[in-house]
Amino acid sequence: MAIGAFSHGPTGTVVSAESQKKSRVAWFLLLPGIVYLLLFFLTPLFSLVLTSFKTAPPAAFIGEYVYAFRWENYVEVLGMYGEHSLRSFTYAAIATLIALAIGYPLAYFIGVRLRPYPLLQSLALVLVIAPFFISFLLRTVAWKQLLADQGWIVGTMKAFAILPPDAHITGTSISVIFGLAYNFIPFMTLPLYTSIERLDLRLIEASNDLYANPMTTFRKVTIPLTLPGIVSGTLLTFIPAAGDYVNASANFLGSTQTSMIGNVIESNFLVLQNYPHAASMSLILMGAILVLVSAYVFKSGTDDLL
Amino acid sequence: MAQKDASVFAAGGSDLELVGISKVFPGFTAVDNISLKIPAGSFFALLGPSGCGKTTTLRLISGLEEPTAGKILIGGKDITNTKPHQRTVNTVFQSYALFPHMTILENVAFGLKQRKMKNAIELAHEALALVELDHMASRKPSQLSGGQQQRVALARAVVNRPALLLLDEPLGALDLKLRRQMQIELKAIQSEVGLTFLHVTHDQEEAMTMADTVAVMNKGKIEQMGAPAELYELPKTRFVATFLGQSNLFDGKVTGATASTISVAVGSRTLELPAKRSAITSGDITVGVRPEKIAITRAKPAASKSRSLIGPGTVTDASFSGVSTQYLVDVPGLSTMTVFEQNDGDIVKAGTEVWLSWDSEFSFGIPLEAQGFHDSDTSTTTLAAQAK
Amino acid sequence: MKFGKLLLPLYGVLALIYLMVPIAYTIMFSFNDSKRTNIIWNGFTFNNWLNVCDAQGVCQAFANSIIIATVSTIVATVLGTAIAIALVRYKFKGRAATTLLLFMPMATPEVVLGAGLAAQFLNAGMPKGMLTVILAHIMFCISFVVVTVRARVAGLDPKLEEAGRDLYANPSQVWWKVTFPLLLPGIVAGALLAFALSFDDFIITNFNRGPVDTLPSFIYTAASRGIPAEANVLASAVFLLAIAGVVTAQVGGAIRRKKLGITP
Repeated sequence: MAIGAFSHGPTGTVVSAESQKKSRVAWFLLLPGIVYLLLFFLTPLFSLVLTSFKTAPPAAFIGEYVYAFRWENYVEVLGMYGEHSLRSFTYAAIATLIALAIGYPLAYFIGVRLRPYPLLQSLALVLVIAPFFISFLLRTVAWKQLLADQGWIVGTMKAFAILPPDAHITGTSISVIFGLAYNFIPFMTLPLYTSIERLDLRLIEASNDLYANPMTTFRKVTIPLTLPGIVSGTLLTFIPAAGDYVNASANFLGSTQTSMIGNVIESNFLVLQNYPHAASMSLILMGAILVLVSAYVFKSGTDDLL
Repeated sequence: MAQKDASVFAAGGSDLELVGISKVFPGFTAVDNISLKIPAGSFFALLGPSGCGKTTTLRLISGLEEPTAGKILIGGKDITNTKPHQRTVNTVFQSYALFPHMTILENVAFGLKQRKMKNAIELAHEALALVELDHMASRKPSQLSGGQQQRVALARAVVNRPALLLLDEPLGALDLKLRRQMQIELKAIQSEVGLTFLHVTHDQEEAMTMADTVAVMNKGKIEQMGAPAELYELPKTRFVATFLGQSNLFDGKVTGATASTISVAVGSRTLELPAKRSAITSGDITVGVRPEKIAITRAKPAASKSRSLIGPGTVTDASFSGVSTQYLVDVPGLSTMTVFEQNDGDIVKAGTEVWLSWDSEFSFGIPLEAQGFHDSDTSTTTLAAQAK
Repeated sequence: MKFGKLLLPLYGVLALIYLMVPIAYTIMFSFNDSKRTNIIWNGFTFNNWLNVCDAQGVCQAFANSIIIATVSTIVATVLGTAIAIALVRYKFKGRAATTLLLFMPMATPEVVLGAGLAAQFLNAGMPKGMLTVILAHIMFCISFVVVTVRARVAGLDPKLEEAGRDLYANPSQVWWKVTFPLLLPGIVAGALLAFALSFDDFIITNFNRGPVDTLPSFIYTAASRGIPAEANVLASAVFLLAIAGVVTAQVGGAIRRKKLGITP
């Protein structure tokens, strides 16, 4: 992904003392942070791998496992939670599309239409990042209460017969997807804004001048130029959405019928204390995301993400 | 260090001497064994195309790069191994490099404050007054125009009264009119403060109008050094002949030489030139003449011992440019020749058959070299990429 | 003006309102005269704001969140800034691997990061608590600091530092008088982002907190029996403070630019 996004200067045979000294400075700056990430990011992934093959010894207590090579853990979780996995990726994909449908016009509005009004533009941007400043759990609870059966939104919809009288919104797939989309709109909009803000409007004029209609111009000029924003926005939405378990949990917008991979991992790890299953599920999620993301990034042709 | 050398600052500049200085980057040589001496108080210009090593030379002198070989002496003292902040040298950067987070005054006072000068603010105001910007002292650099920023950068360097002031294409970012105006101001300031100026530029007109001495650099080497008129009238290499103004060049062979005159066979013609104006006296040679030295006539002029004659040729293009007209003349067997004529008579139309002649005293002889090397891309990045 | 021209502004404004709805709801319910649960509107009161620590555990959780976010931010900002400078300014071997290592935590779902750390602490026999949460938060904040500061370092003209060296400043003076002040806006932005991420993190925290409550974990646990209005008060207070800060900075900046006649 990020490989190739760096440039190499000329490499030659002459290595001066100065450049050796510089390389020492570089490592002095890098080392603390890199060691930290090795210890608390990479090693934990390795711990997950070890844990995912653990087995319960005979007559074990709950949560007691020993190192082994029990690959059956993977088979078991895939059998038990295949549905949850499918649900996670479906929900995340739909939520990402919704967030894009809301975020792109919003970012375009702020980045292009508000360009002549810097003050309004700044204020609109503040509104986009405002959700970051208030607990996302409380925002999700707020939606739950707003969308509750006795709330005015559902009441109005029922009064106008948009919803049948016995229908619910909370606890369904719809409310979970709605919640996911809502939560990640700022993550979608900000990278889009960064790309769109830089969009040279003269290029759009040039395209119009060269006989392209607005639709063609959007497809052939605007979209390709803002593609980096689209790619990073969709990734920043899809990845956390696929692993989320707050929206889908029964206390928030979901029910037992809407459990996602995140819920499975959480309950296996923190409630059932079935660490091997939680670990193998985590690795399956991570592997699936890596494959999807690599394919996506490769296909969209942008490798300059970091 | 800085305090110890306070006497150097007070003086009106010092000599700079480079002894066999070289800078090798991985894969290419930016500066190749350069030696030169710049006397105190002079205005010296390093002229060359981009990538010729002139900026690297400047960075070596300021201490921002360490030389691979050679010595740098200022006022007779070897400063090769000192750090930039220990050198009594200041630079006016191409992009000005004004600190955006400081006011104009703070920018100008920066160097003085680093040297713990007590009257830093007072001196900074004086320097700003010198460049007529004291009324802008409390502004930030972003509030100034390009020309004003350029003057602040100059004040920030001059205020330190350095032994040597380095100017790295300081006028490159300005438009033509402002550039001409700043050239005059810069020259005036130099004579007012009496510092030694080393000016780097790729603009030959700028170098010639401003400097006492010009060194033409190419591919990391100094091709020729001298007073501007001397360089123009008597170039010693093909590069100088073509980079510094235009030249008509004829490749040939020396057929005879006396103490005063050299005869050169160019195709079926013979051209003569003064022996003292030729870098070589035998074998392959290139004879050159500047376009404004040539007279263009419709009739064949009477043969004269002291004049070189070429023709007949055909005018292929005549471009009028106010004071003069530039003609391109196709002469069979020779390359297209360029001629500048003052607009004091009639203008010869394209297609006319003409004769070209000039006083042989204006001809110069330089070593014959493979052609076209000047056109090759010598920019630093390209060289670096090729080295890879 | 044509109707078509108004469509996009209308859509944009509606989207912004949509973003604000639950925020407004949360703030509104911080003034609800609630009994045990804070679900139905019972009338306006300042009591929740005045007696914010009345709900059991909420202030402790808030204090924990502040401590965790502060420590994580400081450490992550120092580590991340150093990496960002090295990435932009120096050539070194292993650059590709380093970039990948920095990118990966951002591309990994939080639940995996949380479970991984929890598994590591479990395997190492390390008890969960404040320390494990801080260790976890520093980890995911570093990458975000690097990305933010890196942009600033890349935008810093090396000629400015050279000018400093040329004007008699030694290396440490160059850093403190030129480099650091110019990088500061980027470092502050990175630190604020790290603080916001840490303060609002729930998923990774939940895997590694043990008995320690943060404000998000307090809310999550309370969600099953009803979230006290005091939680809304604390969240609203932080929100209003942050927004006030950001608006002041943005508007102030915009006005200053306008006065100077600079178009950004």
